[in-house]
Amino acid sequence: MNMARQNWSNTFAAHAALITYTLIALFPVFVILINSFKTRKAIFREPLALPGADSFSTIGYETVLKQGDFFLYFQNSLIVTVVSLFLVLLFGAMAAFALAEYRFKGNMLMGLYLALGIMIPIRIGTVAILQLMVASGLVNTLTALILVYTAQGLPLAVFILSEFMKQVSDDLKDAGRIDGLSEYRIFFVLVLPLVRPAMATVAVFNMIPIWNDLWFPLILAPAEETKTLTLGSQVFIGQFVTDWNAVLSALSMAILPVLVLYVIFSRQLIRGITSGAVK
Amino acid sequence: MGSLRLKNIHKSFGSVDVIKDVSLEVSDGEFIIFVGPSGCGKSTLLRIVAGLEDATSGTIEIDDKVVNAIPPSQRGIAMVFQSYALYPHLTVRDNMSLGLKQAKRPADEIRESVDMASNMLSLNEYLDRRPSELSGGQRQRVAIGRAIVRQPELFLFDEPLSNLDAALRVNTRLEIARLHRELNATMIYVTHDQTEAMTLADRIVVLHDGRVEQVGSPMELYNKPDNKFVAGFIGSPQMNFIDATEFGRKDAKTIGIRPEHITVSRESGDLKGNVSHIEHLGADTNLFLDCGSAGLISVRLQGEQDFEIGSSVYAIFDADRTYRFDENGQTIVNV
Repeated sequence: MNMARQNWSNTFAAHAALITYTLIALFPVFVILINSFKTRKAIFREPLALPGADSFSTIGYETVLKQGDFFLYFQNSLIVTVVSLFLVLLFGAMAAFALAEYRFKGNMLMGLYLALGIMIPIRIGTVAILQLMVASGLVNTLTALILVYTAQGLPLAVFILSEFMKQVSDDLKDAGRIDGLSEYRIFFVLVLPLVRPAMATVAVFNMIPIWNDLWFPLILAPAEETKTLTLGSQVFIGQFVTDWNAVLSALSMAILPVLVLYVIFSRQLIRGITSGAVK
Repeated sequence: MGSLRLKNIHKSFGSVDVIKDVSLEVSDGEFIIFVGPSGCGKSTLLRIVAGLEDATSGTIEIDDKVVNAIPPSQRGIAMVFQSYALYPHLTVRDNMSLGLKQAKRPADEIRESVDMASNMLSLNEYLDRRPSELSGGQRQRVAIGRAIVRQPELFLFDEPLSNLDAALRVNTRLEIARLHRELNATMIYVTHDQTEAMTLADRIVVLHDGRVEQVGSPMELYNKPDNKFVAGFIGSPQMNFIDATEFGRKDAKTIGIRPEHITVSRESGDLKGNVSHIEHLGADTNLFLDCGSAGLISVRLQGEQDFEIGSSVYAIFDADRTYRFDENGQTIVNV
């Protein structure tokens, strides 16, 4: 920051607010992490204590790895999340490009129609979706989940991306047209790299709800071979007894993949490669 | 090769008519400039020629061939944009060769063509850089180079100098004039800057509200404007328009006189006014006279002249250089 504009009290207040917020956000994660390394008794005796010599235990992780096919659950979650995100970004960006770039009758209406999904929760249609999946034989497949999550993510993706697409220089696209690039190449080669930060935003917005979702895996794909991580962890939560060691260990491990995905996307958020294109 | 014919071009966006019945003939090798205030449709007209917009009606012929239904890349044109519009992920060399690569030309022909253009614009040392590593002037030279490489019948420039600073603008203007001489190609150039128009053009097309007001050489437009709009648009400072009744004349509605055709005297003259503002430009002095009901009159005097603000002087008009306009703004030709 510029020395001349630095104001100690303001800087201090800003940092204090941000640090407080960080602590509040990280605290639950911290509690899950420390308790996943403790014995059952220690968890209930002192939930906030760090694991010590007498309370340290990896029993939770052992249970998780022994019981059920945890790596399969991991894999399922990862496949569903990554493929859904890919489809949301691909189709969302293509629809957004069409809405932003082409003048056609009903462009406004089409934009509104595509954005309508933001206001209507997809879960309202659960029964109809289940009937549809049963009729098309997609129950207990990952495809069913991928289709639902793609539909769920598209409205917001189209809405956000079309705003960004409008900001991409028209001259750049026109230069491509004069050089004989097809509309597809203009989209993939010229426009997509310039809206990468927006794509990353959409990806982060969509990733967490898909990864954490319990509703649709439970209804559409509860079979052992299609269980996602969130659904798989539920076996440790019983009506009368809950194996907290296992639940906390499963949750701790589930954080890792999203963390990796988030780091990948957030790098894109920061990078701006638009410089030099125009002006 | 390189002629252009526009016949009765109309363009409307929804209910708004942007171009109204424009017809124009451009012969091979001509440098044509479209000028007009913003929103007059000059850029839209250029985009119609390029094929980036469709004309609502009318035909566009390039080289006596109707090109209405031909995509931009096959019209034999190249375009330079105001915002340069370079591909950010490609090097300068790749930026310039992309068009020819798309047209599937042999590699050595592409290399030759790029080398020729980069020699012409002295871009050799930048060929491996990306646009983000270049300055504004260099970027615009790359954009011009990209157009040259395509060896088009028709060069289209859409306000290519507007993003450059004043000194660079003059240099690039000279560069474009030199290119026109060397390439001998037909060029169509859009600008709102009348200095660019006057200095570069073989013929200027003055557009206003989607209509062609006048087509002619720079000096024709300056000396014989068809109407009040052209008279006011060409020349800087603007031509003075004074209601004819101020002089008790009945043969016109408005009298026009350019600031450079007025002299001042402290004793007597055509119109009396008070000096309200004075601009010293070194070579010239611009004087603004408040002439009461006749309005503010600008006068351009040669050299350094000094007047006290508020002092009263007389403006003397060069009678041979006054213009008369009727109530529709059309010029009344002296018989």
